[in-house]
Amino acid sequence: MYPDYLKDSLEKVNQTRSKRLELAKSDKPVYAPMNAAEREDVLSRYHPDSASAARSRIRIGPNKGEQLTTEITDLLEAHSMLDPKRMEASLANPDYETDMLIIGGGGADCWAAITAIKNGIKPMIATKLRLGDANSMMSEGGMQAAVAPQDSPTRHYLDAIGGGHFDNKPELVRALTEDGPEVVRELENLGVMWDKMEDGSLQILHGGGTSRKRMVSCRDYIGAIIMRTLMDEVENHPDEISIREFEPAIELLLDDKGQCAGAVLYNLDTEQFMVVRAKSTVITTGGFGRLHIRGFATTNHYGATGDGLVMAYRVGANLKFMDSVQYHPTGAIYPEQIAGFLITEKIRGAGGQPLNKDGELFVFPREPRDVESAAIIRECSSERNMGVDTASGRSGVWLDSPLIDMIHGEGYTRHQFPGMCRAFDNYDIDIVKQPMLIYPSLHYQNGGIEINERCETNIPGLFIAGEASGGVHGRNRLMGNSVLDYNVFGRRVGKQASEYAKSVELGKLSLAHVTAYAGEMMEQGIDSDLISPVILPSYTPEDVRLHQLARLGNIPARHSILRSRIGCSCGNGKEGK
Amino acid sequence: MSGDQQNETDDKNKAVSNTGKPEQPQARMVTVSIMGKPALVPDDSTIMRAIEYSGQQIIRGAGCREGFCGACGTIYRLPGDYRIHTGLACTTLVQEGMALSQIPSVPLEKAVYDLETLTPDVDTIKELYPVVFRCVACGTCTKACPQGLQVMDYIQSAMRGDIAELMELSYECVGCGLCALRCPSEIIQHKVAILGKRLYGRYLRKESKELDTRIQQIKNREYDGEYAELMSLDREALSERYYARDTE
Repeated sequence: MYPDYLKDSLEKVNQTRSKRLELAKSDKPVYAPMNAAEREDVLSRYHPDSASAARSRIRIGPNKGEQLTTEITDLLEAHSMLDPKRMEASLANPDYETDMLIIGGGGADCWAAITAIKNGIKPMIATKLRLGDANSMMSEGGMQAAVAPQDSPTRHYLDAIGGGHFDNKPELVRALTEDGPEVVRELENLGVMWDKMEDGSLQILHGGGTSRKRMVSCRDYIGAIIMRTLMDEVENHPDEISIREFEPAIELLLDDKGQCAGAVLYNLDTEQFMVVRAKSTVITTGGFGRLHIRGFATTNHYGATGDGLVMAYRVGANLKFMDSVQYHPTGAIYPEQIAGFLITEKIRGAGGQPLNKDGELFVFPREPRDVESAAIIRECSSERNMGVDTASGRSGVWLDSPLIDMIHGEGYTRHQFPGMCRAFDNYDIDIVKQPMLIYPSLHYQNGGIEINERCETNIPGLFIAGEASGGVHGRNRLMGNSVLDYNVFGRRVGKQASEYAKSVELGKLSLAHVTAYAGEMMEQGIDSDLISPVILPSYTPEDVRLHQLARLGNIPARHSILRSRIGCSCGNGKEGK
Repeated sequence: MSGDQQNETDDKNKAVSNTGKPEQPQARMVTVSIMGKPALVPDDSTIMRAIEYSGQQIIRGAGCREGFCGACGTIYRLPGDYRIHTGLACTTLVQEGMALSQIPSVPLEKAVYDLETLTPDVDTIKELYPVVFRCVACGTCTKACPQGLQVMDYIQSAMRGDIAELMELSYECVGCGLCALRCPSEIIQHKVAILGKRLYGRYLRKESKELDTRIQQIKNREYDGEYAELMSLDREALSERYYARDTE
């Protein structure tokens, strides 16, 4: 139930609805889409990336001198967990040997394993939490794939590269869009249940920035359905795929020829460091939402702390577009308990409209995500002051969902959006009858470790797929292209990395790059109290943390994996001042 | 968040200041027992936030934190209530006197199979999950489901070989496994559900002819020319093409 103080604004939304329904039923856009100049204007003034403190120059590593997202610069200008000297015995006598090590627990990870065994290679999966504890599990709305006759892969290419502001690496966008239809077929052969029309054709909807309806879906559970299918398939090969859970990788290994040769895993239960010698190494560690960039609440899973970036950077892998962050336009801000919860873009694809406190449209509902988010932030800013305030100190706009049943017929919302309905039903808000209150939420790492269309990096033997990679989405990903990304490049990386593993000759294992990195930090006079990867965010209240830090050496017992800074306000879910 | 605001009223729903802005309500505190240890936590916390508020770092028992992954299955009892309740820690609110325990993992043996050799019928269920036929229709699984699914009904569908109904009734299963832990017949319902969905997607789906056509077009390299042309455009020409494109 919405509290009384929101009733006036809710009433205005009700009053404007019939007029807006007429607009939605007409052939014209309900609000004029922005041209290039308008997009540039709102992005440069209101996108969180445009704030002066949003970026800072990195002083070490392959991208030295470039402006990166400030939290990423901090994460990379930080200490390793390891003392390389103490690892020498393990390096000489590794704890595990495998042809192919896959680091991560999401969709790209599963695909890499499934394609590797088809190529005759037995991989090892090492992941931080459980297999499936990944952003892949959480995607709701859909996946883009040019399956309809009026659409084409090249049109998908144009939409994706325009959405990314023409920065995307063309060969990656081609791979993404050209593999799409085949991925749809392979997934259904594995048992994914796509939403279909009566005649068997795929149900397709619009997403932000699409010029053709192209989003295929599994109601609003696409991530859960695809992930559980892929995981089940991985678990159907226990003799070929070994899975190590609660053992995140924390550093990569090189050999004396400069080839990537595995990783050091950290057992979260016993706090042991274990050496894996691997002929090829694949990073599918996903994104970084749990770093709470600029203090934003996030839609991401618990372990999304950008570990892959840190490990790859320390061995010298190049990063791409790590100056750009995606904020999903529609994260919940009421009730407070679900602040940051992802409201799928499919809501707008099906006709939902963002509205200000007077119940009026202020933006075309399906702009690319960065533009849509910036427009919502502008509406709530002091320039316009048209946001709706909550008692918890948040400000946002309405997302009018009741239109959806009015457009598509009664029952459509409950059938197509069971997850959304459930989340709000818990708090006695029926989204079939009432709108949701939303604000942009930290969602996606647009950039990452630079790859080519074979998922190779500048380090031989190191391959990347999924959100951890950089280049495919430029500086702004369109909706539905991340699900496609991990499927397309997960399949590709499995093929490439397993093939590479067949011929490579490894030399002596080394962590000399970690020592050298520490030396470079000292040379640059970098004074950091941060240890990275941070592995998990801490939501421990400050008073508790102060008590923990009385321990000698400042490292809380059993919490040495965690960010141990005093006064760190990460994770309170609020945009910092 | 303006922490210095003094709020005189207890009713957050009516907390509107003279400036017209709603004021920050004061959190009320409740006592809950977290895995045997009492803790004072804000009454509007989910179980997950309450555990973290008490100072614990969750390692097992948190995943997506949004109700999709099933990592945070939790059992609890309430004062004066003999029943065991279940919930996902990420979406269940605390209550005064709640005594809770998270379930770190659910031991089970998943059936291993080759989907390509299966048939979407009761024979497959018999072969892979014969334990399903031990169901005594007690309904404990349904009561245990934090998603409120009709778990017993989908197990009955499985016993009849009605794969479509098994898929439909278990669509929103998050795989937390609380049903399997409560089942007196030791069935692993959530794994039967995944089998059912995969059988449906693989064998009972309607075929899309459009998809066949498109895959064939790509195999025939029909888009190579268009790709080559687009990829040869400079930024300006590409931008022009993009903003001039028509929209469905």
